[in-house]
Amino acid sequence: MTATMTDIVTGFSRTAFEAFLESRDEPGWIVDVRRKAYEQYQDHLAVPLDSEEWKRVETRTFRPDQFHVRSEPSEAATFGSLMQDRAEFSGIVTHVDGHTTRATLDKQYAKQGVLFGDLRTLLVEHREKLEPYFGKRGVQARRDRFSSWHAAFWTGGTVLFVPKSVSINEPLDSLIGLSSAGAADFSHTLVILEDGASATLLEETASATADAAGLHVGAVELILGKEARLRYVQLQNWNDKTWHFAHQAGRVESNGMLQWTVGGLGAKLAHIHQDVHLDGRGAEAEVNGVTFATNRQVLSYYTQQWHNAPNTRSDLLYKDVIRDKARVVWRGMIKVAPDAQKTDGYQRNDALMLSDACRVDAIPGLEIEADDVRCTHGATAGRVDREQVFYCMARGLSEFEAMHVIVQGFLQIVSDRIPVELVRETLNQAVEHKLGIG
Amino acid sequence: MSAILKISDLRVAVDGKPILKGVNLEIRQGEIHALMGPNGCGKSTLAYVVAGHPKYEITGGAIELDGVNVLELDPCQRARLGIFLAFQYPVTIPGVKVSDFLRHAVSNVRNPDRKEGEGLIPMKDFRKELKDRMSEIDIDSEFARRYLNDGFSGGEKKRMEILQLSLLRPRFAILDETDSGLDSDAVRAVSEGINKLHGPHMGVLIITHHERLLEFNKPSFTHVMLAGKIVETGDASLAHDLHANGYAAVRERHPTEAAEEQAVTVKE
Repeated sequence: MTATMTDIVTGFSRTAFEAFLESRDEPGWIVDVRRKAYEQYQDHLAVPLDSEEWKRVETRTFRPDQFHVRSEPSEAATFGSLMQDRAEFSGIVTHVDGHTTRATLDKQYAKQGVLFGDLRTLLVEHREKLEPYFGKRGVQARRDRFSSWHAAFWTGGTVLFVPKSVSINEPLDSLIGLSSAGAADFSHTLVILEDGASATLLEETASATADAAGLHVGAVELILGKEARLRYVQLQNWNDKTWHFAHQAGRVESNGMLQWTVGGLGAKLAHIHQDVHLDGRGAEAEVNGVTFATNRQVLSYYTQQWHNAPNTRSDLLYKDVIRDKARVVWRGMIKVAPDAQKTDGYQRNDALMLSDACRVDAIPGLEIEADDVRCTHGATAGRVDREQVFYCMARGLSEFEAMHVIVQGFLQIVSDRIPVELVRETLNQAVEHKLGIG
Repeated sequence: MSAILKISDLRVAVDGKPILKGVNLEIRQGEIHALMGPNGCGKSTLAYVVAGHPKYEITGGAIELDGVNVLELDPCQRARLGIFLAFQYPVTIPGVKVSDFLRHAVSNVRNPDRKEGEGLIPMKDFRKELKDRMSEIDIDSEFARRYLNDGFSGGEKKRMEILQLSLLRPRFAILDETDSGLDSDAVRAVSEGINKLHGPHMGVLIITHHERLLEFNKPSFTHVMLAGKIVETGDASLAHDLHANGYAAVRERHPTEAAEEQAVTVKE
């Protein structure tokens, strides 16, 4: 198989796009959506990136043409999954280089109408269920260069569809892998919970090797109906040669609850838009972020909490650890629509800096158009407290061990908010690995 | 043979300003010493310097523990050698559970050659030991799961120091105003805790303004510090006398140091 493996023309030119379409053999309606997105992508390419957004995120050395969508996944690739082997899941999906290599779902849930698997297949087989949502409510192609690029070239991704009032008790697992240098992943995660449904989806990204440069241009759409409850975790754990661009959006209807945890550990450069829309009265979202940037990594998060209806509550807490010459950017915004009275919005970013050369930019913001709301925001950045280090050392801990204990404690405050023990353990392990003690 | 913590002609400065001006002190395992003196005389500085706080500049003298040059060791090596400081102001470390912190501390102090990443003492044994020690000094076992000193009252923090003392069983313990800011019940609890721990294998230096801690832990020696020097050494009755009559008589007996003390006060 490897001998006959052909790759699509490198890059994302019109020729490459036509070759890509040729290789896909998709129904006309999907091709039409792609073509429209490709034109939008060309339009966006013709104008410079938003300078305000991109001035903190250096992309001069980024060469899209060095990457390509593979026509087949590399079979040999193995991934050090942090989560997949550690617990019982009700379903598992694995993607390699944008292609699904494994998809399972517990029969009892399949019988209840749950869909869990590969977007490429399910979008065709269950068009009536998925088309109304795909690329329409969460992440729209036209938004910017990266969303349109993604919408033209999306390769596959994980779909989770949970019908009305169905609860999935055990977590579902999704692993997105990149296997070789130059490989691009354009995966799209689409989660739809109908009214009263509930589920937990744990997703992680991984590279097969430490030094193969990869590209991820992704999208995540989380759509929650009334009183639906979703826990979604995405642990970004690429190698530190990979470029990661993503639009990620959640929409929550009345009395729905979205708990969204983000782990940012890998990537050479990551720039992520994370939007939470609270569309129905009483909708809630809790957003937890743990980022740990080392060496020359740049991790950038643009988070927005949209309060579009009354009595909505959002609570965002990011904690960043930055070392060496790494850089973390966080720009947070709470937007409250005119009729979103009794909004309760909270956003906070705390950064712990472990070196002289690291840098953090934390920019909280509020835009409030209603007059009866409670919105709080804050950002802190600081060094490890030397008195804490001395105290630990006076109890026999070495200086490094003291620093590590303090860093872990700093992140523990976010970890405490994560209700899934597997995720807490996984994050702790990943952090220990980054610290060089795991 | 019991070990000796020997401080000889110790001179220490902060930001170029001399604080300790030739301190001599010898403590043997099993002895209780009291260190008293007016505010600013250098008592806490001495405690921090023995523990190895990096902000102090050693300008002369020596600290030895059984012939080992303590001044060459970093704070964690000193702790592993058997030196313990009960902090006057214990530090809060959010997110770090008391039990996890103490397990690290105990693992290092009992296995001084331990490197980071090497095994911690077994969880099961440690849990039991921690529970026993906590009940001995009347700390609710729920504190094991709380974050270190986070939201603790003054008394709870001081009890936490005594808990650490009881787990680490140092050869030499310095208690820096462990009784300050506590109500009399808390002082009693802390005093009883120290009393239980004290034995032939632990030398104790109690730094205090008050006499209460000493009621339960009768010192064999009382030292009086003035302007960065130990100017007098006596027995338990000296502590009693200082507590009753203050430092006026000491200043009269040591006019040179009293003048230095005055000069520093005026300058500030």
